[in-house]
Amino acid sequence: MGTTGREADEIKVLLEAVYLRHGFDYRNYAMASLRRRVHKVLDESGIKQIIDLVPAIWNDDKVASDFLRVMSIPVTEMFRDPPFFIELREKVLPILETYPFIKIWHAGCATGEEVLSMAILLREAGLEKRVRIYATDYNDQVLKAAKEGIYSMDKIPLFESNYQDAQGKGKLSDYYHARYDQAKFDPELLSNVTFANHNLVTDGVFGEMNLILCRNVLIYFNKELQQRVFRLITDSLCPRGILGLGNGESLRFSPLARHYEHIDASLRLYRKKL
Amino acid sequence: MSRYKAVVIGASAGGFELLVNLLEALPASFPLPVLVVIHTASSGNTLSQALAKAASLSVVEGVDKQTIQQGRIVVAPGGYHMLVEDEGYISLCVGERVCHSRPSIDVLFESAADVYGDKLIGVILSGANRDGANGMKYLCDQGGLPVVQDPATAVSPVMPKAVLKQCDVEHIVKPEEIPELLVQLAQ
Repeated sequence: MGTTGREADEIKVLLEAVYLRHGFDYRNYAMASLRRRVHKVLDESGIKQIIDLVPAIWNDDKVASDFLRVMSIPVTEMFRDPPFFIELREKVLPILETYPFIKIWHAGCATGEEVLSMAILLREAGLEKRVRIYATDYNDQVLKAAKEGIYSMDKIPLFESNYQDAQGKGKLSDYYHARYDQAKFDPELLSNVTFANHNLVTDGVFGEMNLILCRNVLIYFNKELQQRVFRLITDSLCPRGILGLGNGESLRFSPLARHYEHIDASLRLYRKKL
Repeated sequence: MSRYKAVVIGASAGGFELLVNLLEALPASFPLPVLVVIHTASSGNTLSQALAKAASLSVVEGVDKQTIQQGRIVVAPGGYHMLVEDEGYISLCVGERVCHSRPSIDVLFESAADVYGDKLIGVILSGANRDGANGMKYLCDQGGLPVVQDPATAVSPVMPKAVLKQCDVEHIVKPEEIPELLVQLAQ
């Protein structure tokens, strides 16, 4: 069988090598999807056996960076799950508005589509000037892309339709300039955003946040690591702070659930109790 | 005790109604967990609600790290791949689409076959693309049991045909025969 026995051992050795040599810790990732990605690296590299990836990743920076890229493929979009953003606008922003200054953390921001979505939401609510957004990821490559705020025009129709479904107040094209096949978003939108490298697996607590969005990041972790990161997130929220997860994620199976009440359970918005 | 531990089902175009009928016909005492991927434009939640109405077993939309239980039907949520973990729970991911699909039948079948090996039953219903063919092949390679809707009875026969091309299948059946077959196999 696949993940038992020999293959499981080879993956274990590989992840240990990646950690020792490059400092990225995938040892507590959920095995089923991790295994798919390891096989993708194999297919792309032409290397036949997982164990043979070990010397390649140890000695060859190109293979190592390919591995990192496949492991952190960001699949994200602007205003992904429009009902979530409607709920943010209608239920969460009115709460945030009561604070003199608002701190928001996008934990695992990947290429930044959601950060921009949030910035647009805040501008439309007139809150832009009172907000500091922290956008973090462990992968410097994606952070670099996130800072630029440039996306392929191919993606814009989906982003635009999500924005409309999320009841955006204007047109998405109000916020970007199209040049050739790329859309460059208004740099002002990102002027309150601090991009930083932060690894949820190996780094610590991050400020006293009013809102943390960590959507479709925790699904890649196994149960044990997920608990550790839920703890980190909980400790990074101010009292009565708000947490937003992805549609397929839930606090329900975590012992930390008792620290939260629902803002909207089906939309995965939670509020930390006092 | 059945020699099987779980059932995975994949369906696409023309498969929704069949799936409703199938789940409706499974008795409340059905002893195996059932994991389902169906391609559809509607969200997983609407889908699982529609299926829950029909089924006498409990039907839920898959949530990351949810425990897999006997007699519970878990439907993959829209926009996510659904996978089986060794420890007996499901995990979700938003990796690349497979055969233009997320959720993908291949992804569910392959990860389930990794965990359940020859104790897995795979069912492929009507569908218009070839998602599921590689997954079923892999399931067969691990010793699992394939059940395929007779393409002659399918609204879209592409998917069952793609499976039959790659796998040696004993149970090529009419959709209305599937519930009883599953009940027998699960005994």
